[in-house]
Amino acid sequence: MQTKAPSSWQQAIQWGLIGGGVAVLLALIGMVDAFSKRFIVANAFTMGQVLFLAPLLILSYSAIGRIAAKSPIISVLAGMLSGLMGGAVLGVLVIIGNTLNIRPMFRNASPDLFKELAFNQGATGGVLSLLLVGLVIGAIAAGVFLLPKRLRSAVIQAAIWVLLVGLIRDLIITIVAQWVEKANAFPAWAQWAKAIILLLSGLFNKTIFAASGIKPVSAIILFIFLGALQFWRSGIPRQAPPRLALNKPEQQRRRLLTLAGAAILFILLPPILGIFFAEILDNVGLYILMGLGLNIVVGFAGLLDLGYVAFYAIGAYTMAVLTSPELGFFNLTYWQALPFALIASVMAGVILGLPVLKMRGDYLAIVTLGFGEIVRLLALSDWLRPWLGGTQGIQQIAQPHIGAKVLASQQDLYYLFLVGIAIVAFFAWRLKDSRIGRAWMALREDEDVATAMGINNVATKLLAFASGALFSGLAGTIFAAKLTSVYPHSMNFLVSINVLSLIIIGGMGSIPGVFVGALVLIGAPDLLREFAEYRYLAYGALLVVMMLTRPEGLWPEERRRLELHEAEPEAIEPVPETEAVPARQ
Amino acid sequence: MLRTWRQRVTFTDIVVWAIGLAIGLVVIIGTIATLRSGKYAPSVWVDLTVRGLALGGVYALIAMGYTLVYGILRMINFAHSEVFMSGPFTAVFLAIALAHSGFLDEHPLISMTLILLLSVAVSMTIAILLERIAYRPLRTAPRLVPLITAIGASFFLQYTFRGLYGSGIQAYPIPKVLQGSIHIGNIEIFSTQIVAILGALAMMLVLYGIVQWTKVGKAMRAVSEDKEVAALMGIDVDRIISLTFALGGASAGVAGVLYALLFPVVNFFMGFIPGIKAFTAAVLGGIGNVLGAFLGAIILGLLESVGPNLFLDGLGIPTPGQLKDAIAFTILVFILIFRPSGILGERLAQAKA
Repeated sequence: MQTKAPSSWQQAIQWGLIGGGVAVLLALIGMVDAFSKRFIVANAFTMGQVLFLAPLLILSYSAIGRIAAKSPIISVLAGMLSGLMGGAVLGVLVIIGNTLNIRPMFRNASPDLFKELAFNQGATGGVLSLLLVGLVIGAIAAGVFLLPKRLRSAVIQAAIWVLLVGLIRDLIITIVAQWVEKANAFPAWAQWAKAIILLLSGLFNKTIFAASGIKPVSAIILFIFLGALQFWRSGIPRQAPPRLALNKPEQQRRRLLTLAGAAILFILLPPILGIFFAEILDNVGLYILMGLGLNIVVGFAGLLDLGYVAFYAIGAYTMAVLTSPELGFFNLTYWQALPFALIASVMAGVILGLPVLKMRGDYLAIVTLGFGEIVRLLALSDWLRPWLGGTQGIQQIAQPHIGAKVLASQQDLYYLFLVGIAIVAFFAWRLKDSRIGRAWMALREDEDVATAMGINNVATKLLAFASGALFSGLAGTIFAAKLTSVYPHSMNFLVSINVLSLIIIGGMGSIPGVFVGALVLIGAPDLLREFAEYRYLAYGALLVVMMLTRPEGLWPEERRRLELHEAEPEAIEPVPETEAVPARQ
Repeated sequence: MLRTWRQRVTFTDIVVWAIGLAIGLVVIIGTIATLRSGKYAPSVWVDLTVRGLALGGVYALIAMGYTLVYGILRMINFAHSEVFMSGPFTAVFLAIALAHSGFLDEHPLISMTLILLLSVAVSMTIAILLERIAYRPLRTAPRLVPLITAIGASFFLQYTFRGLYGSGIQAYPIPKVLQGSIHIGNIEIFSTQIVAILGALAMMLVLYGIVQWTKVGKAMRAVSEDKEVAALMGIDVDRIISLTFALGGASAGVAGVLYALLFPVVNFFMGFIPGIKAFTAAVLGGIGNVLGAFLGAIILGLLESVGPNLFLDGLGIPTPGQLKDAIAFTILVFILIFRPSGILGERLAQAKA
């Protein structure tokens, strides 16, 4: 609707200002300061600097892409202008920070922050360096843009990998240190293993990493090496994967091998990673379990459920009421109480499912949200305190046992989660291609047509709610057993959002997507302690960005990916029309 | 006749009606028991009613944001609760500064206007940015996509403001003039409540006037009727949608300051519960319907304020006030089940979004 298209220079300035704005926002919400102690490349630049310079780089790059100038000189100039603008915005922030005290309003506008932004110089020097750095960054963006396509993607990927390696430096060092300790106790015949571990330890501790971040020389070598690797890999011609070709024997074999490999990896993870990671692994396991359940409701059947925590709470609370001697109603063991807890969750799923059958997507979301909140408020209320413990929750919940062994440690519980996940994933996987699964997907795509095709709308939707509730209830019981206590405060809306985010980011309807999503959203923030505070901020941003750019998720379900991109020009691969529905009985 | 009736009613309907009937019975029995016990004096009920009206007024202003956007885009702007939060949470710093310098008590009218303007400006900016960045590119996407975006945006905004202003609770200074109360007979009414009711009424009138009687309002109604035809008639649809968001944002900004008068603390999470309640109100009145939102909000405010004492106290439930949010959510669930088109009705109630 615009009457006049903005000129290239206006665009460059506009994008540069946006980049500067994003950088200022990141600085003021405290992310820059929080990461200012974490070096990516030792003594060269920190994660904090990456955070406020990356927006300038990315937006200069987009500006150059938008302008799409014929001449490279104009591209470079536009990039520099854009970078300069971004630097100027940051410079203004530095000047404001050095003259006014904005701390009472902006909590994170500390003197440290402004020092970090000004590269540890005074106001004038800082602003000048910011402008200079902006120019350089704009030029770099233009340089990257002007590279041939293959080389460009190699450079970008290598840079991201170096960044990630720098970020997880502490983790690698921790794991290696644990193994060095273990290696000292190795028997004589395993001396070779000890030697390897010591060698690795030396490599990581002395050569690659400094006390914080990667050593500069190693970083350059790593960058070149990874870039070359990417460049070489992108040169291999890849054949297009066949569309929805299911159940070819060799594919099946390959899938089995992948599964077996993944299973062995998951079983060996706790001993490899050590105690430090057990808690994180348990959390990831918990969320995978819940994600698999919600994936059925949201991913398969397309019913957006924002109150998923309710079933989790009902599972956990039923377990608590039945086993805790504190309340003294039943004193069952974990295994005795488990069926009751699961039945209670399923019943809750059906009770919620019945009234909402006729509702459409957005209303359903709000009603389920309300349902989740009602459950939490009831658990919290004084009214039900004699039965549910009120604000204090319920303690002394029984832990599961096998024979005489009580599964109490985090590593034991990890295996419990693993077994649960294996069972649930198997069910979800088998359900997906079954008659019910296809009925769910038909409902998701078009309810009216599905009903006209003879799908029993009521039973199918209820089954989705019930199975989702069952898996969530199972997760709730293990959670209750893990903490041996439940509190209404741990049953809040954020749990539902966590689960929803992870299946959306993993890829709605995709079972491997749940694993990927849980690892990225639940595992990764736990690994970076500075990040914990910005977790939901990042979730929110990720959800928005994901929906805008890649709505099918990181590991999409094939059918959904095709649906979401069917409107796009099919330049990538010619699509045969006949294969749209797999003909399999 | 009987047979067709029996064929029409399914098992689901019976279950739903049974649940509805049970809740209705609980309400009636609770009310009778409470009234017979005579535990509360009439002045208490008047007090609760006035409080309910004030709350309802605030909800009505927030509900306007949901209803206007829904009317035009047929989507629930889940992040509207954060639009509501952003205004007062920013303006609190101005209010604190004014209170420190003593200006707030000396010139309460000017100060309150300044605070209100800042709050409105911030909420409006956030609403416009939200539409521009998150919703506009997704106008033709499948129905779940914008909804998920809205949830994401809601969290992003919540935690952005948490990062900016801290996670603590800020106390809202209230000018001395408004701290007292007015006596009518033996009934005492807080000044803040009166201001909230009057403010909400005035803002509602302004909004209603804009939608019904101005050219922009006409364009908004045209766009809500049919975007393509409106565009053919020479209406800039993008601009009208932006304006709708701005109007909803402004209304939320006013609501935020009034809410802060009633509950004088703000934090980054303050939008969540009022947001859901305002949404409930919008649905109760018939989403997409301006007058319906107002009516629904007043009813919801009254039920929430009077309800716990009236319905639950008589049943012997301790501290019924704890369950006031549960009442609001239950109302929401039941309207959506029994009359999803709301009291005053909504077009396209059963159609797919």
